[in-house]
Amino acid sequence: MSYNVNEKGYYGEFGGAYIPEMLYPNVEELRQNYLKIMAEPSFKKEFDQLLKDYVGRPSPLYFAKRLSEKYKTNIYLKREDLNHTGAHKINNTIGQILMAKRLGKNRIIAETGAGQHGVATATVCALMGLECIVYMGEIDIARQAPNVARMKMLGATVVPALSGSKTLKDATNEAIRDWINNPVDTHYIIGSAIGPHPYPDMVTRFQSIISEEIKWQLKEHIGKENPDYVVACIGGGSNAAGTYYHFLDNVNVNIIAVEAAGLGIDSGESAATSVLGKEGIIHGCKTLLMQTKDGQITEPYSISAGLDYPGVGPMHAHLSITGRAEFMSITDNDAMKAGLELCQLEGIIPAIETAHALAIFEHKKFKKEDVVVVSLSGRGDKDLNTYIDYFKL
Amino acid sequence: MNRIQQKLQENKKLLSIYFTAGYPSLNDTTTIIQDLEKSGVDMIEIGLPFSDPLADGPTIQASSTQALKNGMTTEILFNQLKDIRKSVQLPLIIMGYFNPILQYGVEGFCKKCKELGIDGLIIPDLPVDVYNEQYKSIFENYGLINVFLITPQTSTERIKFIDSISNGFIYMVSSSSVTGSQSGFGDNQKHYFKRISDMDLTNPQIVGFGINNNATFNEATQYAKGAIIGSAFIKYITDNSIKDLSRFVKSIR
Repeated sequence: MSYNVNEKGYYGEFGGAYIPEMLYPNVEELRQNYLKIMAEPSFKKEFDQLLKDYVGRPSPLYFAKRLSEKYKTNIYLKREDLNHTGAHKINNTIGQILMAKRLGKNRIIAETGAGQHGVATATVCALMGLECIVYMGEIDIARQAPNVARMKMLGATVVPALSGSKTLKDATNEAIRDWINNPVDTHYIIGSAIGPHPYPDMVTRFQSIISEEIKWQLKEHIGKENPDYVVACIGGGSNAAGTYYHFLDNVNVNIIAVEAAGLGIDSGESAATSVLGKEGIIHGCKTLLMQTKDGQITEPYSISAGLDYPGVGPMHAHLSITGRAEFMSITDNDAMKAGLELCQLEGIIPAIETAHALAIFEHKKFKKEDVVVVSLSGRGDKDLNTYIDYFKL
Repeated sequence: MNRIQQKLQENKKLLSIYFTAGYPSLNDTTTIIQDLEKSGVDMIEIGLPFSDPLADGPTIQASSTQALKNGMTTEILFNQLKDIRKSVQLPLIIMGYFNPILQYGVEGFCKKCKELGIDGLIIPDLPVDVYNEQYKSIFENYGLINVFLITPQTSTERIKFIDSISNGFIYMVSSSSVTGSQSGFGDNQKHYFKRISDMDLTNPQIVGFGINNNATFNEATQYAKGAIIGSAFIKYITDNSIKDLSRFVKSIR
């Protein structure tokens, strides 16, 4: 079985491009060109160079000794938190800004929830001197003030999404509407492995640098390139897609996807899409999403803004349905505890998204000889207020 | 022959009105349909509200949000429409996004539409190729006309393909925009209307997006068979009420 996208843009039954005709030319232009452009030597050279000199790649693969001792296994952390702008998001925005330039676009739009993807997009727009408009839910603007300020300092225009629930899902709707209104000069940099084909595949390919590096770095560490487990948190799923990519077809590498359970799966305040979701259409693709029985998309909840999305990328929906990946869900409380534990055992303050992935060690027993690679997708600076409020620091 | 096809054969420019079911109040659906027919419109699009209407501007979004707050569901809409054919002769089209239809079950949805006397569907985010490969035969089995959109950016080749799989009319989106976002047509749009008209397609075209008064209706129908009004109508019933719909219709033609 293949876990990658097929030529029609599907992962099994998930994916596709369920878009209004108004978006067809834009998406089709991208579909016809993205693989060709990514294969151009000049593109590869520029992408690799920027990842090295500007982002700071390769990101270290760090053996977490004290964490490993505590859980009696071998835990390696892939340090995406050390990237410029503090998370894996920049891998994708670098790739897409180069793509946009080659497609002759001079205006960039993006959606953002917590603001991480917005900052990563504003950053590459500043780098390339392109106009940048970021859509962000009105409610998120109010609760993520530092990232709003960052985007403004980087020269982006932040537009509040006032529709619906005024959060990430609505910011995405607004960005799509902007693209409908500006079909010729604009490129839409989607921040996760979601959206109409070819977005999930394109974003996954740009993020696949994560697993590419894990392979040779692990070989340097232990003499073999395949771990027993790769673990990543999942909102839309871009860091997870990148972390899994080069291991998808090797069934000896177990894949663990960690969703946000929020206040608990059955609490009504959760973002565990693989459990609570059903097949449907969101933001242009067929995937698992949280919805009413009538097909209205519902609002998820998680303490972590980056996991607070009602859908999951189509690749992950496929990994879930086929059983290729083991899906776990972690509550707010367990994630916060795991975040603090990493601070105290390893001197690393993780993003709360990432803390969900770290929390699995309290719930799943690994063998002494297992090698477990966890994607440390982002750093926790942006979450300090949440940590402060939660732990009364 | 389907009511839409019959209507398209009449020797006149058609006025089609869109409204969001469940707005302004949950149970206004049949009243609005009946009054629109009495006011002399030619076709009605009943909007099935959706939480995330990607192709719609603020006016229709707000009406959808309100309709859902009012409690509108697919089941309730079908229930409201159960006797509609006892009083209304006009072609009726349901316009909605694909996810609610998918959750209801595409075949079940189509079957119910036929029972109620619905003539066609407009589903903006159901792609042409997916329809053609997976759903066309179901729609046809239940005698439903599926209406596709084209825009100024749609290629000639694709327009010809869309024409080849259409069996009613083509929904010609007047500009690259979401609904309700412009006023008046410029030279670009007139040129586009003429270009499409000159293609001599099998299916007539009805223009939508940006029609909001007599002037834009006349401009749009100079080249096309008819025009669709949505946002301007929603705005009218928001600013006034649903009591005097003929005043709105008279202001258009």
